[in-house]
Amino acid sequence: MGGLEKKKYERGSATNYITRNKARKKLQLSLADFRRLCILKGIYPHEPKHKKKVNKGSTAARTFYLLKDIKFLLHEPIVNKFRDYKVFVRKLRKAYGKSEWNTVERLKDNKPVYKLDHIIKERYPTFIDALRDLDDALSMCFLFSTFPRTGKCHVQTIQLCRRLTVEFLNYIITSRALRKVFLSIKGIYYQAEVLGQPVVWITPYAFSHNHPTDVDYRVMATFTEFYTTLLGFVNFRLYQTLNLQYPPKLEGPKDKDGDDEAYAMDSESSLEKLSALSASLARVMVPVTEEEAEMDEFPADGENAEQEEGLRKEREAQDRHKRLFEGLKFFLNREVPREALAFIIRSFGGDVSWDRSLCIGATYDEKEPSITHQIVDRPLQPTPVIGRCYVQPQWVFDSVNGRLRLPVEDYFPGVLLPPHLSPFVTEKEGDYVPPEKLKLLALQRGETPGNATESEEEESEEDEGEGGDEEEEEEDEEGSEKEDEAKLKVMEEQRTLGKKPQVTMGTLDKRRQLPQEEENEAKRLAIMTMRKREKYLYDKIMYGKRRKVREANKLAQKRKAHDEAVKAEKKKKKKAQA
Amino acid sequence: MGELTSLSWVWETPVFPATPSSLFSASQPAKGIDIRNTVGNIPLEWYEDFPHIGYDLDGKRIYKPLRSRDELDHFLDKMDDPDYWRTVQDKMTGQDVRLTDEQVALVQRLQKGQFGDASYDPYEPAVDFFSGSMMIHPVTNRPADKRSFIPSLIEKEKVSRMVHAIKMGWIQPRRPRDLTPQYYDLWAQEDPSAILGRHKMHVPAPKLALPGHAESYNPPPEYLLSEEERLAWEQQEPSERKLNFLPQQFRCLRAVPAYGRFIHERFERCLDLYLCPRQRKMRVNVDPEDLIPKLPKPRDLQPFPTVQSLVYQGHSDLVRCFSVSPSGHWLASGSDDHSVRLWEVNTGRCLKTIPVSGVVKSIAWNPNPAICLIAVASVLLLNPGLGDLSATSSTDQLLSAFSPPEEPARQPVEWQEASAEEHGHGLRLRICHNKPVKQVAWHGRGDYLASVVAAAEHTQVLMHQLSRRRSQSPFRRSHGQVQCVAFHPSRPFLFVASQRSLRLYHLLRQELTKKLMPNCKWVSSLAVHPQGDNVICGSYDSKLIWFDLDLSTKPYKVLRHHKKALRAVAFHPRYPLFASGSDDGSVIVCHGMVYNDLLQNPLLVPVKVLKGHTMHRDLGVLDVSFHPTQPWLFSSGADGTLRLFT
Repeated sequence: MGGLEKKKYERGSATNYITRNKARKKLQLSLADFRRLCILKGIYPHEPKHKKKVNKGSTAARTFYLLKDIKFLLHEPIVNKFRDYKVFVRKLRKAYGKSEWNTVERLKDNKPVYKLDHIIKERYPTFIDALRDLDDALSMCFLFSTFPRTGKCHVQTIQLCRRLTVEFLNYIITSRALRKVFLSIKGIYYQAEVLGQPVVWITPYAFSHNHPTDVDYRVMATFTEFYTTLLGFVNFRLYQTLNLQYPPKLEGPKDKDGDDEAYAMDSESSLEKLSALSASLARVMVPVTEEEAEMDEFPADGENAEQEEGLRKEREAQDRHKRLFEGLKFFLNREVPREALAFIIRSFGGDVSWDRSLCIGATYDEKEPSITHQIVDRPLQPTPVIGRCYVQPQWVFDSVNGRLRLPVEDYFPGVLLPPHLSPFVTEKEGDYVPPEKLKLLALQRGETPGNATESEEEESEEDEGEGGDEEEEEEDEEGSEKEDEAKLKVMEEQRTLGKKPQVTMGTLDKRRQLPQEEENEAKRLAIMTMRKREKYLYDKIMYGKRRKVREANKLAQKRKAHDEAVKAEKKKKKKAQA
Repeated sequence: MGELTSLSWVWETPVFPATPSSLFSASQPAKGIDIRNTVGNIPLEWYEDFPHIGYDLDGKRIYKPLRSRDELDHFLDKMDDPDYWRTVQDKMTGQDVRLTDEQVALVQRLQKGQFGDASYDPYEPAVDFFSGSMMIHPVTNRPADKRSFIPSLIEKEKVSRMVHAIKMGWIQPRRPRDLTPQYYDLWAQEDPSAILGRHKMHVPAPKLALPGHAESYNPPPEYLLSEEERLAWEQQEPSERKLNFLPQQFRCLRAVPAYGRFIHERFERCLDLYLCPRQRKMRVNVDPEDLIPKLPKPRDLQPFPTVQSLVYQGHSDLVRCFSVSPSGHWLASGSDDHSVRLWEVNTGRCLKTIPVSGVVKSIAWNPNPAICLIAVASVLLLNPGLGDLSATSSTDQLLSAFSPPEEPARQPVEWQEASAEEHGHGLRLRICHNKPVKQVAWHGRGDYLASVVAAAEHTQVLMHQLSRRRSQSPFRRSHGQVQCVAFHPSRPFLFVASQRSLRLYHLLRQELTKKLMPNCKWVSSLAVHPQGDNVICGSYDSKLIWFDLDLSTKPYKVLRHHKKALRAVAFHPRYPLFASGSDDGSVIVCHGMVYNDLLQNPLLVPVKVLKGHTMHRDLGVLDVSFHPTQPWLFSSGADGTLRLFT
């Protein structure tokens, strides 16, 4: 055993990690600056595999950064800008103290600013990377664009967020990229498919915010700073892919009606008009009439034919989905969320307008006879116009999610709406599927459930039947093992309970010879021989599966109870009427 | 006094220090006494409690005027006295003073904010100090400085420096900076391979989970929480909740309010992004079926006992032990009800009941088919008188053929012949131990008998030779409490299981050959494979331990099939089977194939779980044993029955 004694914690994982405080000292930054740097550069703590080894034997709770990450931060140019800023603040304070207003002016003019372009390029080497990470950026910008112009954060930031989000919405409309929408109690979720990447964002409902006190707005502002830069570059690129002008301009010659000038100041009106989402954008080049190149037809192989057929069908369905509202003319009443609905309707090809006094950009009047749908969220319309459907806003959302124009009867103003389902849930084998979803799937397959009024009861009965089936199946799956054990036990008990001290011949049970049961028993025996670790894992997996089944059963039961209660109520009413 | 009392400070403060007396002298009542204030300008409250104010020149007290007037007097004064309104009290002397006309006028002027002196005119025409008109003569006659008409060098230098700086472009006019960000095509030359070194360790943040049906503003009714669920949700810690919101239903979109925690949730996401330590974790995505080991099918390993076919009922208490006769026709069982019963295996009939004194803890049938003898722990040797008549008679002959030696050796135990009455029951010999006996075990040839005594001494294990009626204690030292012993089926070895270890002794050489470490808390039972190279031992911590003596002194395999303590283990003498009985009331039969090829390890496969015994006082199966020739299994349990599984 020769050689030098190896010292502990001088090699291996202990040298790969660095605690936050040490990192901060190494970078010579204050905690706030370090935090800002980490946010901008996307540096996050790592959880080491062996925490005690990294922590030099101590088990105290510490956050660890990768040493490489910190070394990488050492060369960051904006670190110097942070220091410059610190100096700037010091100078400014001094000048104020001495009342040297000239100096103050000069200093303010030369306030150090930093750009995040290189960081964006570094964090997202390709454009697709940036698109993949767009969810948080969009949600944050949409939130900030709804903030009031006082306090909390800079007005410029709010305006920038508003501008960027409006640009993004316009892009989605022009590219018809919206796929799913969902009215949740938190806000409205949208899912769009941008260059093949699914992008999900949430916008809050249009109410003023109750600003919480336990939220650090500086952190959020730093994130927003990064996100606005990212979103700006992404927008630029996206507009470029569609041959649109950036910054966006509205299509058509500038109409010099006095109307617009009266509405808003000239500088603001362009953004306002843009955010009305009612007009299409100007392109750099006038598009050739044939927009979409036909897919090349390859001679189908025997194997791939089916696959290709499926792909083709999927593509066709998507095209149809994109043109869902084409040819329809909507009119929004003033009580419905204008921006969300205008965005959705326009991104599926519909025309939309609203009351002229509600917002700029109204294209036609309520009295227009060609309006096909009017979206209403009030119980009663005083004088309905013949020839148009009055529907509640949920119809638009459900139609988009169902990829077809749903029958409008269920969505008339004042009626009890059918449940609004999340389009983000894809039920797997064994999951609980709400009956409404089944109905929708049937509609999508092209089966018509007949007259809604007639078959209501039948349907409900069907639903129940289906629910019951599911339950039975689940029980089968779950209980197959326990079932035969229980039977065995009963048999044994029956045998042992014979009080006389006699020996009865055991009758050979025919059921036992069923191959299924034998297999089950063999499986049980094999489980018995499993190793401890594998057994643990197996038990865990099975527990999870069983819990899922239990939850699904619970939902099904709840639904059944609810349906029965509703039915009983109906009967009672009928009786009362009769 | 009225409205003027508020002005009393005017008199106190030395506004007119020179003239108090002159002011008042006129108004003094004509008493001829000059009542001066002798105490000076001090707060008069100091004299409030005294009848006097100050002292005169003779040192006599100057008394305050007598004041015994009440509100009524004041009122009368007010009504009667026409000068009441101009009467004030002088605080310095306590006297009432009637203000003169001038004084009243002064007060009125001051109240109006006018000057006190009535003769002062504030609006006199102003007289300029300097005249506003230009004069021909200067005010001073100083000649102008030279520097006033020579240009300044310093300034010139400054200006030239600035000019130079402007020329060089160092100074530029301030122009308002455009703070709106400029965007361009950042990814014009994107390089997909430009991945930095640190990105190898990059763990992208997981995306937020997408909302489910429960989050809808109008969810299906089954997703709404019931009252109890809602209460449970409220009681939970916010971090433990499955849903971070309460599902709610709104009749129309108009009724949906703002979500109160929207900013919170975005903020928490931000915190997660930059503060939460990340770790790459491999999600175990295995099919649970793949985890189950692939074993040969039990059907291919037949024969083994599968169904319970007979129940031997008769004992009224726990059946702790039983033994099958070497021929396989008879069964002897010992129970806690102080009896030994003999059964016919095929019919389940109880042939004999032999009462014994005390609980029967162990029973063993002599393995020699020519001898019909049962050893019952305590220790009795019984001749059951069953089966072949010649065998029973030859056994009796064998026992009676013993002739005691001339000089009886000193023995640890005493051999006694049975009395005539006991002889009738079948009892032949009694080996009297002075301690209770836990176990008896026959040697394969049937001449030697080992007994385990429950005592913590070296004489725990005793060896008895039947033909010579000799006993001896083979060990000099004890290694813990002996649980059970077993003879090797073919070679002169003795297995002794103590609480934590298993020892193998060579009986001829009288030495320890091997010490096996079962690694369990407490060994309960022991069985030796008929070929003698493998041993299984059961333990009270519900393990069954298989030793391969050729392999190692460590367990070859530990089987944890039972849920509770093992009570008995057994090997089948012919078939590759072994069984274990446990307190959980089940008997597990395993296939245990031992190959003659030394390179191949034994194959252990559980083939059947046999259940039948009912639980009684937390005890289930107490003893198991195989039929000597058939693949049948017997078990005895705490419910007082024996069962046959075929």
